[in-house]
Amino acid sequence: MLEESLQPGWLSEEVKTGTTIIAVEFEGGVVIGSDSRVSAGAAVVNRVMNKLSVLHDKIYCALSGSAADAQTMAEAVNYQLDVHSMEVGEDPLVRSAATLVKSISYKYKEELSAHLIVAGWDRRGGGQVYVTLEGLLCRQPFAIGGSGSSYIYGFVDAEYRKGMSRKESQEFVVNALALAMGRDGSSGGVAYVVTIDQTGAEEKCVLGNELPTFFDE
Amino acid sequence: PPHWSPGTTIMAVEFDGGVVMGADSRTTTGAYIANRVTDKLTPIHERIFCCRSGSAADTQAIADSVTYQLGFHSIELDEPPQVQTAANLFKEMCYRYREELMAGIIVAGWDKRRGGQVYTVPVGGMMTRQPVSVGGSGSTYIYGYVDSNYRTGMSREECLQFTAKALSLAMERDGSSGGVVRLAVISEQGVDRQVILGNQLPRFSAA
Repeated sequence: MLEESLQPGWLSEEVKTGTTIIAVEFEGGVVIGSDSRVSAGAAVVNRVMNKLSVLHDKIYCALSGSAADAQTMAEAVNYQLDVHSMEVGEDPLVRSAATLVKSISYKYKEELSAHLIVAGWDRRGGGQVYVTLEGLLCRQPFAIGGSGSSYIYGFVDAEYRKGMSRKESQEFVVNALALAMGRDGSSGGVAYVVTIDQTGAEEKCVLGNELPTFFDE
Repeated sequence: PPHWSPGTTIMAVEFDGGVVMGADSRTTTGAYIANRVTDKLTPIHERIFCCRSGSAADTQAIADSVTYQLGFHSIELDEPPQVQTAANLFKEMCYRYREELMAGIIVAGWDKRRGGQVYTVPVGGMMTRQPVSVGGSGSTYIYGYVDSNYRTGMSREECLQFTAKALSLAMERDGSSGGVVRLAVISEQGVDRQVILGNQLPRFSAA
């Protein structure tokens, strides 16, 4: 006898942002990017979700892993950072934001399963990218994360060069996202790209048909 | 007994006039590297080779069986066998015994009918021809690199560089792949094998 459920399978699956996220430093700022697919098992429950969350005016974070965990962490840090910047009386440092994210990740590492990459610009250090996986805090020239990132390690290792310009960094991010979205079933949709520098944050959305294509497409 | 782990990176590319095949050389049992100079490029016939990934025992047994069948078939035909025939023989075996086997194989070679060809027979037993194919645990890390850097109409030299670079990138990221890079070029002239030692590999450093 076949057992049939009255509800579709995806209603009982955890909602994950199986994802590709990437952030890279350039001279004078950072570029941070993500795909837009949110999946529950095999179903795509949101195909246009913006996974780049604002932590402050010039500090963003990219969400991956469990959608609920990641969003909650970002909201909590956004609040804490607002309070902190009011106390200090000036814009917070990117490192401060990353440290707040790390504190939550580390303290609740057994309960949470989300990975946030923090990137932004501040007066003291310029453009910075921080990795907070599993509660560590590490600054890197560029960082990738999410399920789709496995497929682009080779690409980013080969293509990244120090001292890329703003435009080159944006192209690097869009190419990396397009490649990962082509191979990872849990990544897809559109590409959101945010460029942060001294003047502020510029948000851009690259639609599916505007993404770069490769030899077999 | 320690679990024998089939970590690997294998790759094959078609070019006009032949194929380039490559593989890493690491075999691990847990964290111990049982063989750091393994040869994962196995001859099946004079101008047909296969790259093996998955269980070494399974892939060796399958390769031996296909080598036998192909040799017999070639004598009956009285001419060199087609690469497609070899690929089909692999597929037959891998599909029929799919429940018992754990084998991911890339078959590549040259024949006078279709020139250089690459066929992939992944776990499960499907078979398809691809201009470029990667396999093994390390292959996940280089899909992006291969997709963005492969172009049709590359020369023999360009294919060699492309394969060596891709394998180096995978070996740098995958703990189960490493050692030296073994390359083989198969064309009408025959088979040309090369080894690139660890310190001669192209290096990529980001941080």
